[in-house]
Amino acid sequence: MQDSKWRILTRPLIDDNPLTLQILGICSALAVTTSLDTALLMSFVVVCVLALGSGSVSLIRNHLPHSVRIIVQITIIASLVIVVDQVLQAYAFELSKRLSVFVGLIITNCIVLGRAEGFAMRNGFVASVLDGIGNGLGYSLILILVGAIREFFGKGSLLNVQILIPTTQGGAFEPLHLMLLPPSAFFIIGGIIWVIRRKRPQQVEKPEFTLRNLEEGSK
Amino acid sequence: MSEAVSKDNTLRALGVALAVAFVCALLVSVIAVSLRPIYKANVEAERIAQLELVLAALSDIGRTQTIDSLEARLVDLATGEFDESIDPATYDAVRAASRPATSVAIPADLDLAGLKRRALLAQVYLVRASDNSVDLIIMPVSGRGYQSTLRAWLVLDGDARTVRALKFYQHGETPGVGARIEEPEWEAQWRDLSAYDDDGVLRIGVRTHAGGGYSDDAQYQVDGISGATRTAQGVDGMLRFWLGEFGFEPFLQRVREGQL
Repeated sequence: MQDSKWRILTRPLIDDNPLTLQILGICSALAVTTSLDTALLMSFVVVCVLALGSGSVSLIRNHLPHSVRIIVQITIIASLVIVVDQVLQAYAFELSKRLSVFVGLIITNCIVLGRAEGFAMRNGFVASVLDGIGNGLGYSLILILVGAIREFFGKGSLLNVQILIPTTQGGAFEPLHLMLLPPSAFFIIGGIIWVIRRKRPQQVEKPEFTLRNLEEGSK
Repeated sequence: MSEAVSKDNTLRALGVALAVAFVCALLVSVIAVSLRPIYKANVEAERIAQLELVLAALSDIGRTQTIDSLEARLVDLATGEFDESIDPATYDAVRAASRPATSVAIPADLDLAGLKRRALLAQVYLVRASDNSVDLIIMPVSGRGYQSTLRAWLVLDGDARTVRALKFYQHGETPGVGARIEEPEWEAQWRDLSAYDDDGVLRIGVRTHAGGGYSDDAQYQVDGISGATRTAQGVDGMLRFWLGEFGFEPFLQRVREGQL
């Protein structure tokens, strides 16, 4: 809570990334990262919802009865998501069709409620908005990385601009269709988590269980 | 401490909940209503764009057309005759299907598409050959898929028997699974498929039955999609309904008899 504003904004990027450290929001990360443009739009939407959601919850936190706080938070988040969804359908019709249900599912994205309940309920407006933006950007960072990798290796393009020419059009590039299927996002996110934890060993969790030495166990 | 207690009394909780609900409801309603016209324009533009896609697909088989060369008509589905009382350009088929005055309940045993009601009138487009006979028929079809309503253009040859194309322009099926109905590879299967056998019995469909293998109907059917059985069944039911007696059959019969 004593963190500087800059720390609040930047800590969720790598040190406290919602996707790679807290492993939240994986479902949507698998679904919308088949190409870079959907990943970018989803990132933008999540940053907006997180910032506005955390900000609004922070504003009314002193008037919010403890017993109904979760339902009020969800109501606010759900309204924001519906509004954003409507705006997308009006102004980014093509892309919103490709994001389909996943914009609506931001309501159930654990990151949004997690930040509202875990941070905005106990912090001021500016700090909460910054925390929301920071977490949104942390989520976006991974989403954009995964989206870029999947689109590049799956289709040989970035932002729908063909970079590698596939064999079907006479080029030398054989698209990796696995990259367009949800499991590939698991592998890539797993790889990113591994790289981050190699660089920042303090993120590695202590094992909850250790295997007993079999030699001792059998005696 | 005393403040924490007063913050939690029931009346206050109710008041805050109501206030938040009211503000949120107001926000959502205002946004939804004010953006509705833009959204509708998008859907309409999409429908026209998809119609142009159909035309592009047709130009591949030497049937180059422009959207203006299409003859827009409203068909009374029960009789198969044209209805001249309404301008086709202003006809909103989706709205008409939901209103009691302009729609009719579909008997449960005929409701293969799961629509419950259908509009009395349907908007079709005709392409005429130089001798003024009907060359192509472009019809809107719709039906329940797995989790959304599928909407597509069905293009029949002027013989009113052979499918030339099936082009989906609206659906909300699972991305990567059911949504593959709009992939060109899958849509290409419909090209030049005969919908009826030699006795005029409707045989068109989608093969979904895992153990069924190839049956007598194989030549009238396209392959389903792995993992999207319900979507494929939806497409199957949709075509059987719209080509059936409660769908376009009376109209197609008139085309076959050369009455248009």
